[in-house]
Formats: sequence, structure tokens, C-alpha cells
Amino acid sequence: MDAPELIAGVRAGDRRALARSITHVEADTATGRQLLAGLYAHTGRATTIGVTGSAGVGKSTFVAALAREQRRRGRTVGIVAVDPSSPFSNGAILGDRIRMQDLTGDGGVFMRSMASRGNLGGLSEMATGVVDLMDAAGFDVVILETVGAGQDEVEVATATGTTVLVTTPAGGDDIQSMKAGLMEIAQVLVVNKADIAGADTAVMQLRALLAIASERTWEPPILKTTAREDKGLDEVSAAIDRHQAHLKASAHADEERRALAQSQIVALARGLVQRRALAFARAEGILGQLVEEVAERRRDPRAAADALVDAVQRNWSRAD
Amino acid sequence: MTTDTARNIRVLIAKPGLDGHDRGAKVVARALRDAGMEVIYTGIRQTPQMIAEAALQEDVDVIGLSILSGAHLELFPRVVEELRARGVDDVLLFCGGIIPQDDIPRVEAIGFKGVFGPGTNTNDIIEFVRNNAPQRV
Ligand SMILES: Nc1nc2c(ncn2[C@@H]2O[C@H](COP(=O)(O)OP(=O)(O)O)[C@@H](O)[C@H]2O)c(=O)[nH]1
Ligand SMILES: [Mg+2]
Repeated sequence: MDAPELIAGVRAGDRRALARSITHVEADTATGRQLLAGLYAHTGRATTIGVTGSAGVGKSTFVAALAREQRRRGRTVGIVAVDPSSPFSNGAILGDRIRMQDLTGDGGVFMRSMASRGNLGGLSEMATGVVDLMDAAGFDVVILETVGAGQDEVEVATATGTTVLVTTPAGGDDIQSMKAGLMEIAQVLVVNKADIAGADTAVMQLRALLAIASERTWEPPILKTTAREDKGLDEVSAAIDRHQAHLKASAHADEERRALAQSQIVALARGLVQRRALAFARAEGILGQLVEEVAERRRDPRAAADALVDAVQRNWSRAD
Repeated sequence: MTTDTARNIRVLIAKPGLDGHDRGAKVVARALRDAGMEVIYTGIRQTPQMIAEAALQEDVDVIGLSILSGAHLELFPRVVEELRARGVDDVLLFCGGIIPQDDIPRVEAIGFKGVFGPGTNTNDIIEFVRNNAPQRV
């Protein structure tokens, strides 16, 4: 199937066309870029929800429960679950479907697993596009699950409208170490595994952290869930709906949309610049030569970085 | 200028049927991961419909089924049927577990290009997948 056929298929709700389109976007093929260009005008209708938090807090279980709640509310659901690639082999084991078994037979749900594929902005670049595809395919709700790992949390916030941060009663240290920045990307805070001791303490810790966060127009609710037993998801869904309404009604809605657009462009451009620059520097042997010089202490790393960027810049201005 | 985006091979590893032992399936999943592939692991007790639907949504290049229960001649054709019903006709199929020697020709005739018995060296499976996975995008 070529790009026009795939675009028509995605718009018509053909699941195989959607699956293949995601593959193209994920691999950043020429067809994938045509798909995004052709479908972007049809995005913006879905409620997009990011779910992030440390490994093991129950994100996938939570996403499955949230998806079921959305289905009860009569909405169709697209799910994108990103797991880290192995830094050693570049491979990955993607196991999030295990927690979403019962959704596999539901025609109103489409779930796709993705590997983060390295750290060159891989997550946001590809995941944002996949969320857009699902949006264009007509899903009412698109949920993006990512493991919170520093920078990625900020990136997930640029890919979705409402970000849910999941933690657990056992996550006391986790919560303590959360930086204010992390709190600021989340509009809904969830203490999952509320069936184990300490959930209220965790809620109090989160509340204390929120109190010192900077001024804002939206006060993130702190909610308890037991995702494994499908408990607490109605409140979470209601909070997400409230936040979505807030986004639309907010006096700053236009401003926020622009800020979001800017951070998406910048995140993608950063990845592109980095990859293209390094590919050029490698191919021309510039990087190798600078590595030698720095390793032998003939040049300091800062000066080497300058030299690399200068060489790239000269090459790029010549290409014009 | 094109960017370097070598596509990783995507493999679905699933266990159809009712037996609950997935140690072998996990060993294969890890070996393929360590060989640089992306492995979608769906775990035990998968119905043919679940396997086919997961393969469709994940757009995998390869499906590996592990079966110990002896129900392969009953379940494998149904997996192939469900795949076909969804238009998933370009995946590489292989299986592992306990497949009696006499059944191998029939399993191959159903469409399983690789049949790996107990004690198979995982390197053989990696080689098989590398050499036979379709290159699609
Ligand atoms: N006690 C308890 N365990 C849960 C709950 N939700 C998930 N878990 C368990 O937490 C573990 C990790 O779940 P998973 O969804 O894979 O976490 P993820 O890595 O954040 O996606 C699994 O063993 C789940 O069964 C819950 O509400 N209560
Ligand atoms: Mg998960």
C-alpha cells in the first residue's frame, strides 16, 4: 500500500492500514512522512492522555483499566505503549500487552507497542506521530504509556493533552526525589496500588510537593486507584475530562496550543539536527579525528564540540 | 538527506493453548531481544484470535508460537485462518516446543517455515529469523 492508499485506509478505520502506517511513521520512512503530512489536518479531535511513571508502578494495568472505563463511557480507545530498548543490543521485549489481554478482542480498541529505540529523542519523535495517526484514525481517546526517565517525561507532556503521573504507596523515595519539574508536567496525579499500605501517606507527600510547585491555573487532583481491581478509574476519567474542558475553556488556550506546538517542533528538530550532524561528522571522518585529539589531550572537548558544529555549519550553508 | 533508521525486526512471541509453561518462550524472547529484535511478548493462554489480532495491531514481521500441550495440529491451522481473515498474509511463522517428528511435515504445510524442538540452540532461531523475515518498509 502506498501513502494515498494508507491515508484513505486510516481515515476509513481499516486496522491493517493503521498498523502499517504506524510502522512507516515509526521507521521514519518517506511514506511515513507523507502520511503525517496528509493526515495532520484530520488530527486534534481525540482526547490524548499521557500516562507516565517509574517501571513497575502499574502503568500498563492502569492504562488497561482506564481504557475499559473509557469503553464504558462509549468511547473508542487507541493505546501506544513505549518501553525502553536495550542499550546493548538495541532490541527490546515489549510486554505491555500482557496486562491488556482482555482488550485484544475489542474492536473499539487498538493497541500498539513501541520500543524507545535509543535516546536521540526517539521517544517523542516517533510517539507523537503515532498518537497523531490514531487521532486521525478516529479514536475518541488516545493513551500513550511511557516509562518516566528524566527527559522523557517532559517529552510525553508535549505529545498529549493531559498527562497522568502514576506512583505507588511504595514510591515514597520516588516521590521525594521527584523534581518540581516533574510535578509540573502532570495534570492528574495517581497513587496506584491503593490496596497496599501507605496510600494516604503517599497522597500527603504529593500534596506537600504540589504546595511548593509554582503558580498555575490548573490544580492537579491527587487520586487513588487499584488498577488491578478496576477501582478508582471513574474518578480518574472524570478528572481527565475536567482537565480537557479546562484546556479548551482556558483564557490561555491559544497560548498553550502555541507553546505545545513549539515544544513539539523543537523536540523533533533537535533530534533531526543531532542525527544529521552526527551522520555528516561521522561520514566525513571529522568526529573520528576529534575523538583522537581529545583522547590524546591535544584538544579539549568543548573546543572539539565547537569544531564539529562549525564543520557541520559550513557544510550546511554550502548545501544551500 | 536521509536519516539512519534501520528498521528493527519485530517478532510476536505467544503461547497458544492451555499449558502454562512459558520458560522456553521467554528464553527465545530474550535471545531475539539480545540479537537486536523487538519482541512483543503476550504470554500464556492465547487464543488464535488473540494471536492474530495482536499480530495485526503490532504489524509484526514474524510470529513465533511455543506449544507444549500437543494441540498444535488443532491450534496452528486456526491461527493461520485468523491471520488470513485479517489480511495478515506476509508474516514469517515459526514454532517451538514439543512437536512430534511425524507432525513436522504437516506443521510446515500449514505455513510454519521453522520448527524448533526442545534443546534448539537459540542462535539457530536467530539465524532463521534474520534470514527469512520479510523486509516490508
Ligand atoms: N497490589 C497491586 N498491584 C498492582 C496494581 N496494579 C498493578 N499492579 C501490579 O504491578 C506490577 C506491574 O504492573 P505493570 O502494569 O506491568 O506496571 P508498569 O511497568 O508500570 O507498566 C504487576 O505485577 C501488576 O499486577 C494494583 O492496583 N495493586
Ligand atoms: Mg508497562
